[in-house]
Amino acid sequence: MSKANLLDRRAVVSELLKNRNGAIAVGGLGASTYDIAAAGDDARNFYLWGAMGGAVMIGLGLALAQPKLPVIVITGDGEMLMGLGSLATVGAQKPANLSIVVLDNEAYGETGGQVSHTAASVDLVSVAKACGIADSRAITTVAEVETFALSLKEANRGPRFANVKIDGANLERVLSNRDGTFIVNRLRGSLGYQPI
Amino acid sequence: MHARTETASDSQPAWPEEIFSTLQRFDVRQVPYVPDAGHSQLIERVLGSATMRGIPLTTEEEGVALLLGAWAGGQRGVLLMQSSGVGNCINMLSLTQVFRFPFLTLVTMRGEWGEFNPWQVPMGSNTQAAFELCGVKVLRATHPEEVREVVEAGAAQAYNAATPTAVLLSQRLIGAKVFVK
Repeated sequence: MSKANLLDRRAVVSELLKNRNGAIAVGGLGASTYDIAAAGDDARNFYLWGAMGGAVMIGLGLALAQPKLPVIVITGDGEMLMGLGSLATVGAQKPANLSIVVLDNEAYGETGGQVSHTAASVDLVSVAKACGIADSRAITTVAEVETFALSLKEANRGPRFANVKIDGANLERVLSNRDGTFIVNRLRGSLGYQPI
Repeated sequence: MHARTETASDSQPAWPEEIFSTLQRFDVRQVPYVPDAGHSQLIERVLGSATMRGIPLTTEEEGVALLLGAWAGGQRGVLLMQSSGVGNCINMLSLTQVFRFPFLTLVTMRGEWGEFNPWQVPMGSNTQAAFELCGVKVLRATHPEEVREVVEAGAAQAYNAATPTAVLLSQRLIGAKVFVK
């Protein structure tokens, strides 16, 4: 299988979060969280270090609570595969401000690079479409990333789903905060909510 | 023991309405659920409500993650499920410990009090222990007249003290499901 010309995950996430217009970014456990941290820490970054399969649902809860803000879930193919049902739940709710981006390296990079189902057979774009997310696309070029990055800063015309085929290289970890109470209270604070 | 059947009852019990009022008073906005017959009256009220959003799930663990997102975005929620769904939530319940957010779930019990279906018994027998192993406090309502105060207490400690709480609604309260040919 050719791995030539695959996108660099850090460059993709940097582009997605550039001029973010107040957007909230949720990162799935593992490399996606490191990518979001590498793009720059922000009160509206919601880092996950566990709860595999839960990233899209956390994004959905946020999107329904804050319908005027763009919410962007950035996760990996393994994390997405564990929560495929959440795409069905998003498709039923259709939050216009939610975008889901899967960084697909066809492998479980954090655990030794074992191949995932997307390497063999699963087409996540078709899954998302079949779940009722009409704007579902495969992204393979920088130009497509740039176009998509612009659209997801708007809190309308979603939900959107994009599967981005990325280079499988394991990059140096950029460790984000991992204290949940800090992460959630910092985000709530940026939205004007106090801790209990 | 009283029985519940698949047909609509002539006189609906009052306690689901009392739960709905309590949730309204606590300004609950997002109500994820996996359907259960014991929750059907409450689910109907939620889906007809102008202030609450009922969110059907494919599996219960989705609801735990959704409630964290809701709280992060400034809204309270409650997860409705049946006892068999609690086992589907185990790893996701880690979120209640790591984020210490107000987690409330109302669980209709199966596998006890005159159960017909043996498949419900293993998870129903371990529901309370599973929650407690995961750090979730458990309250239980067994009689119709105590539902209001038990749910109020659960909501108060969940939302005011960020103490993750499950309220078990006993099969004795709901009525054992009757299977007829």
